[in-house]
Amino acid sequence: MSVRRLDPNQPASFAFTAENVEWAKQQIAKYPEGKQASAVIPLLWRAQEQHDGWLPEPAIRYVADMLGMEYIRAIEVATFYTMFNLSPVGEHYVQLCGTTPCWLRGADELKEVCRKHIGPEGTVSADGKFSWLEVECLGACVNAPMVQINADFFEDLDAASFERVLADLRSGKEVKPGPQNERHASEPAGGLTSLTNVGQETGTGGGN
Amino acid sequence: MPKLTVDGIEVEVENGATVLQACEEAGAEIPRFCYHERLSIAGNCRMCLVEVEKSPKPIASCAMPVAEGMVVRTKTEQVKRAREGVMEFLLINHPLDCPICDQGGECDLQDQSMAYGVDGSRFHENKRAVEEKYMGPLVKTVMTRCIHCTRCIRFSTEVAGVPELGAIGRGEDMEITTYLEHALTSELSANVVDLCPVGALTFRPFAYTARPWELRKTESIDVMDAVGSNIRVDARGPEVMRILPRNNDDVNEEWISDKTRFVWDGLKTQRLDTPYVRENGRLRAASWDEAFAAIAARLKGVDGSRVAAIAGDLACAESMKALKDLYTALGSPNIDCRQDGAKLDASNRGAYLFNTTIAGIEEADAILLIGTDPRKEAAIVNARILKRSRMGGLKVGVVGPRHDLTYDYDYLGAGPQSLKDLGSFGDVLKNAANPMIVVGQGALARADGAAVLAAALSLAKSVGAIREGWNGFNVLHTAASRVAGLDLGLVPGEGGRDVAGILDGASKGEIEIVHLLGADEIDMSRLGSAFVIYQGTHGDAGAHRADVILPGAAYTEKNALWVNTEGRVQAGNRAVFPPGAAREDWAILRALSAVLGKTLPYNDLAAIRTAIEAEAPHFALLDILVPAADMPDLKAGELDAAPFETPVKDFYLTNPIARASAVMAECSAGRAAATRIRAAE
Repeated sequence: MSVRRLDPNQPASFAFTAENVEWAKQQIAKYPEGKQASAVIPLLWRAQEQHDGWLPEPAIRYVADMLGMEYIRAIEVATFYTMFNLSPVGEHYVQLCGTTPCWLRGADELKEVCRKHIGPEGTVSADGKFSWLEVECLGACVNAPMVQINADFFEDLDAASFERVLADLRSGKEVKPGPQNERHASEPAGGLTSLTNVGQETGTGGGN
Repeated sequence: MPKLTVDGIEVEVENGATVLQACEEAGAEIPRFCYHERLSIAGNCRMCLVEVEKSPKPIASCAMPVAEGMVVRTKTEQVKRAREGVMEFLLINHPLDCPICDQGGECDLQDQSMAYGVDGSRFHENKRAVEEKYMGPLVKTVMTRCIHCTRCIRFSTEVAGVPELGAIGRGEDMEITTYLEHALTSELSANVVDLCPVGALTFRPFAYTARPWELRKTESIDVMDAVGSNIRVDARGPEVMRILPRNNDDVNEEWISDKTRFVWDGLKTQRLDTPYVRENGRLRAASWDEAFAAIAARLKGVDGSRVAAIAGDLACAESMKALKDLYTALGSPNIDCRQDGAKLDASNRGAYLFNTTIAGIEEADAILLIGTDPRKEAAIVNARILKRSRMGGLKVGVVGPRHDLTYDYDYLGAGPQSLKDLGSFGDVLKNAANPMIVVGQGALARADGAAVLAAALSLAKSVGAIREGWNGFNVLHTAASRVAGLDLGLVPGEGGRDVAGILDGASKGEIEIVHLLGADEIDMSRLGSAFVIYQGTHGDAGAHRADVILPGAAYTEKNALWVNTEGRVQAGNRAVFPPGAAREDWAILRALSAVLGKTLPYNDLAAIRTAIEAEAPHFALLDILVPAADMPDLKAGELDAAPFETPVKDFYLTNPIARASAVMAECSAGRAAATRIRAAE
């Protein structure tokens, strides 16, 4: 973690779309009178989604005003949670897991791919398509190494398959989220190693 | 009431008390940084760890409520090692810049690391460095020193009521700041510096000027407003170096306003340090003899009814007593201490006091504010109302201008007509157990002021605010001298003129001589061709108009009695001597009286205080409140329709000392700029 600061280049203003205003009202209504501030995280998140994946300073004020909060309280939340991006991100925002299981399974290789095809960490590529960040465990260790691109997980990556995913995204082709090798989900990669006779002993019970 | 044992001593504490409080009860000293008895509990510094039997780990005593039969140990090896460990972590990122740190010598971290820390460091990596944060002209930041106790954040939210400080980021990268580094806007902002246990927040105007151990400390009383905050004046040689609060639970707890704290540079500039006499239209420095002779020559043969005296906002009881005695001896009934023209009645003590008392606010459950902005007029009183408001169940109503008071209120109307019909708030007052009505000077310093006061008093009586054991009728003053002036009867005598009458007479030539005792807030252009004697401390409006200037002593330069808005008599003490030829004010008047052949019958401070006590016996009871005897009705009058206005237009520039202060000027300009920007948006 490093010190998180607001981006020096900020838009002049921010406002929710009419649809998001409706949605925000529903969120706020979930909380009792006087506790509207509880809705700050969902609202900031929606503001980030609306604003191309990053949270500008006017949006923080907008949400604080909407919830009757002090600005400082809203910026505390926005700077505390790393899920809020305070600077612009690429159209495809790559969060690369670098925690131990992924690292043991080759996250370093994926980082090299990012550096080669996107650029230095935390910067947006020249075409605006990509930016990447190393993050802590995203909870898909069984399919390590993995990255998250916008809302989707791409798992069981190696340098070649990751390069392919990036190239497809860059050219606008459709990509398939999930494991990028032969796996369907998180089953053993080389076929079953235990419970191989399940089904042959149905109904017998008790046999471990 | 649970009983527990601390280091073998059995103590009984109140329900809900914390282990830390129990330890203090038992006489065990617990080091702490984040815990503060007037703030909410954070429990984040971990310095207060103690051992509790049957607990596998040391516990943070500040956040742990006591339980029956607890066995607490504070002097074991485990506790010692725990404290050493916490201290080592705190010091990992704390710079070793004590020699250039303004907190040095009065630093909690420094003291506690001496008492509870270890002598060396095992940390060889680079220390964290944090960018400075701008917090305005009063609070200087060196954020690298911050240990994240969050006292300042809790203060600004809970006591000042302006939640503008916060912590951005997290963990080691947490930083205390305001939103986009705007200047603090609270009138109590600099109290965060007192609360800061390290040198992260320090006084900007005091930066690098003195060390605490070279300062001479004098306990005194503040005069910037009518609260009578208890202060400690720190001086070095002939100079006041800074002003700090003293604890007084009945008055200011341990807070003081920014004006009280930072006005000290105003004590050194624009000072009148020698008498002046106007000759050929120009003021010339003169000796005391020349000044007195000029006054004596002008007074000669003038009838008493053509002479007048006005006492200003910063006059002490002694000087006002001498002023009144002198002008009474000269045969003048034209004497007044209400330079703002407030229609206060000196004969009815209960109708000009803050009867509920400041501490009593905590008992109230409904408060009606009439023509007052307590945040600007008496920031400490406003903090007390906020404290009461945060306890819950308080309803506040406002008649008068709308202001951000830091707590919620019902707005009932702008002017006195609203007093006739308070709508549903009338029922709130009626149904309240302890209703309070606070009348400000904005409601009284106007033509119908007496009628407003009478209406407010009768309202108080009708809602049951005045009864045995509870007096909910209050007048909130803005001038430190006012209550003492009224107690001593500095109001027009038989056939005498009040301030408006004096100014009127002076502009028509019916008043020939006006003595201003530090009175600078009147319209000097209306003094006409009158001969003006200005007795005061600063070259402000009065001195510019004066024909003779008598240099007096400021509140830090004399032993004097002050009476706050509650009627509490408190003694201020001299921290430094007045500059140059300036003298204590009562002594000047005593000397003048001899020249005029009307020698006043007191030769020293004890004698004048005896004379004061003879006239108003409660002056003998320092810091003891003497409640008003009774609350007779006042004569009702016609109420005007004009809206109330607040008398404090600029919080930072309300008196001659504050107007001479560069720090106050900077604060005022900053506030004005911020208001302009908000208006533009």
